Amino acid sequence: MSVVTLEAPAKEKELLISGCAAIAQALRLASIDVVTAYPIRPYDTVMQAVAKLIANGELDAEYIVASSEHDQFEIVKHASAVGARTFCGSSGVGWMYAMEALAVTPALRLPLLALVGNRALDDPGAFGCEHNDALAVRDLGWMLTWVDTAQEALDTALICYRVAEDPRIFLPCAIGADGAFLTHSEALVKVPSQEQVDRFLPKYDRGDKQLHPDNPITVAPQANEDWVMEIRKQNDEAMRRAHDVIQEAYRDYHRIFGRRGENPFVETYMTEDADIILFGQGTLSLPVKVGVRKLREQGHKVGFVRLKWLRPFPTLEVQEALAGAKAVGVIDRDYSFGAPNHGAVLYTELRSALFDLAQRPAVVSFICGLGGREVTLDSVTEMSEVLLKVARTGRVDQPNYWIGVRG
Amino acid sequence: MATELTVLPTQNLIPFKGVKKVTTEEYFTSGHRTCQGCESALVMKLMAKAAGPRTVILGSTGCMYVANTTYYSTSWVVPWMHTQLGASGSAAVGTAAGLKALMRKGRIKEEPINVIAFCGDGGGADMGLSSISAALTYPEYNFLILMYDNESYANTDIQLSSMTPYGANTTFSPPGKARRLLHKRWKKNVAGMLAAGHPECRYVATVDASYALQMMNRVRKALSIGGPTFIHSLDPCPKGWDYDPMLSHELGELAVETGVWPLFEVENGVLSFYGKSKGIAAGAPRKPVREYLLKQGRFAHFTDDDIAYFQGKIDDMWQRWLLPGIAPFRLAGEIRKALAASEAEGNGHE
Repeated sequence: MSVVTLEAPAKEKELLISGCAAIAQALRLASIDVVTAYPIRPYDTVMQAVAKLIANGELDAEYIVASSEHDQFEIVKHASAVGARTFCGSSGVGWMYAMEALAVTPALRLPLLALVGNRALDDPGAFGCEHNDALAVRDLGWMLTWVDTAQEALDTALICYRVAEDPRIFLPCAIGADGAFLTHSEALVKVPSQEQVDRFLPKYDRGDKQLHPDNPITVAPQANEDWVMEIRKQNDEAMRRAHDVIQEAYRDYHRIFGRRGENPFVETYMTEDADIILFGQGTLSLPVKVGVRKLREQGHKVGFVRLKWLRPFPTLEVQEALAGAKAVGVIDRDYSFGAPNHGAVLYTELRSALFDLAQRPAVVSFICGLGGREVTLDSVTEMSEVLLKVARTGRVDQPNYWIGVRG
Repeated sequence: MATELTVLPTQNLIPFKGVKKVTTEEYFTSGHRTCQGCESALVMKLMAKAAGPRTVILGSTGCMYVANTTYYSTSWVVPWMHTQLGASGSAAVGTAAGLKALMRKGRIKEEPINVIAFCGDGGGADMGLSSISAALTYPEYNFLILMYDNESYANTDIQLSSMTPYGANTTFSPPGKARRLLHKRWKKNVAGMLAAGHPECRYVATVDASYALQMMNRVRKALSIGGPTFIHSLDPCPKGWDYDPMLSHELGELAVETGVWPLFEVENGVLSFYGKSKGIAAGAPRKPVREYLLKQGRFAHFTDDDIAYFQGKIDDMWQRWLLPGIAPFRLAGEIRKALAASEAEGNGHE
């Protein structure tokens, strides 16, 4: 094991800010060039924070209030093509309105950074958290990460720019942040110094792919069956490389910013001797961790694993974290109607990731916390009881449960 | 209060003084596979020539994307990038904003770079109208949006758009036994709408590549004047309009001579007609639309009544509209009287 020397976390200041405001601080430190805003709750508080930074002269960027999410993402797409570092974001159906632009960006190899303040896809109207919005780009070549705290939001935004703009990668990256629970909740956040960030994050250099009269290239011509498959394969290769580049970025981040060296891909909580493990992403970690501690007090060997990166999916890290358990319960804050076993997205992903293990845990699907409903301590107890029974009997009688739902 | 607008200088593209003074360099060259007689390809060529080498061009989905940029055989000498069907406005804004930010931060050399985004009538007048309208309200960016209007979705098999003329035969509006005319919508006047609706936009023009010099000089003016600008080009399309490719130039002329296509520009808030439309606006006779319509197979099913209806609509535009090609309404009697009285008293506004 290599010895990592931590540098002193010098010149950091602490602010009491929301997840969105924390990301705005990251954008200031990353000195972004072009940002496009359009209102939809809850992501848009990040744009309100950005607007203030720009109005106060703390951030020098082209600040464009667009006329739709489609415009928003097309504008940053083209700004990125000429070499500008960009930021954008949306929530719920707004993200879906931008879908055409979102779909074409990965093949253009443009390193956009987007915040998805996770929101239900109304109708029926709902401002609350659901992950189906961001998950809609799961298969398209976007790197996709979910954050849990305002601190993690700030740190991850800087890490995302570093990874996305790495010429080995050049892929867009979206940060999922649970609507309200994270976007609007304030916490103490350590804000790094400019000097630290400058050491961590090089300038975006598009090299010979920059659209400029000195480099008269043609971008995104008609390729058809002659070349499209090779181009798709290149996207796949970039996504494969992303795993190691993410690891490098976290290592440097931990060194330069003096953070503790946690695993970039999964957070494990009391899993070492756990018989049953709950698995999920985002801010549900708070009630789940509390529930796990309570069950531990009662003598149950319960643990929790929080997935931090969904794309690229950290198959080995997830296998390693879960292999010792008898039963794993996947908490999906999303739905995938008609999916295998009527589970949802994370469940299907995780079962696939575990399939090759010689001895794999039983996997149960829990759909919980949709439409902004809280994942409560009672829900955690209920899910754990199902898992304890599966672990005891070695049998999955019912593969899927809707938790905390009437009727 | 002083304005805080920060607008970068533009290139000073002075008008070509005549055909023989036009530069010989081409920035849209061989390698494309447009149809024989394609007027839109000519528009691309003239547009790029008028703009010159320090230019970035964005092209939204349509004929001028699909036919011009087959992988490994691009016809663009200047940098070119595809944008989505409804995104020409956003592409122009994003490119101009990116270049501006990078110049201000010293990451690329500070110089005026032309930004042109083009779209077809489907991409511009249908799907992308909101994006173009938004784009024309950003006064701090310099760019031109050029809509090449061949009056149908010509790349996808000639389906009608909101710019397809009344009654035309397209694959979405075939004349049939029960219904002779499936397409009964009248064409939008996009240039007029954009000129009237965007008071800060400094230049909007209609052009026709049959008058190549006039067309190029309007592109040069649009790129030099500063801020966001818009040009609407009417492009005869042999495939979509169903005529012999040798007639493209003639049909472009007939569109103007019959008054179907008014050539005008709104420059810093001042409207003027130019070319043959100038005389027509002053009352010179127009050729009958029959001469224009019946040269095109897409109107072959027209009866005399259909032609008369079409002629009536064109007559209305020139005789009854407040501003032909722009404002399709008349003034109410009391406004007219008030204006006349005001003029008589010498209080008329300029």
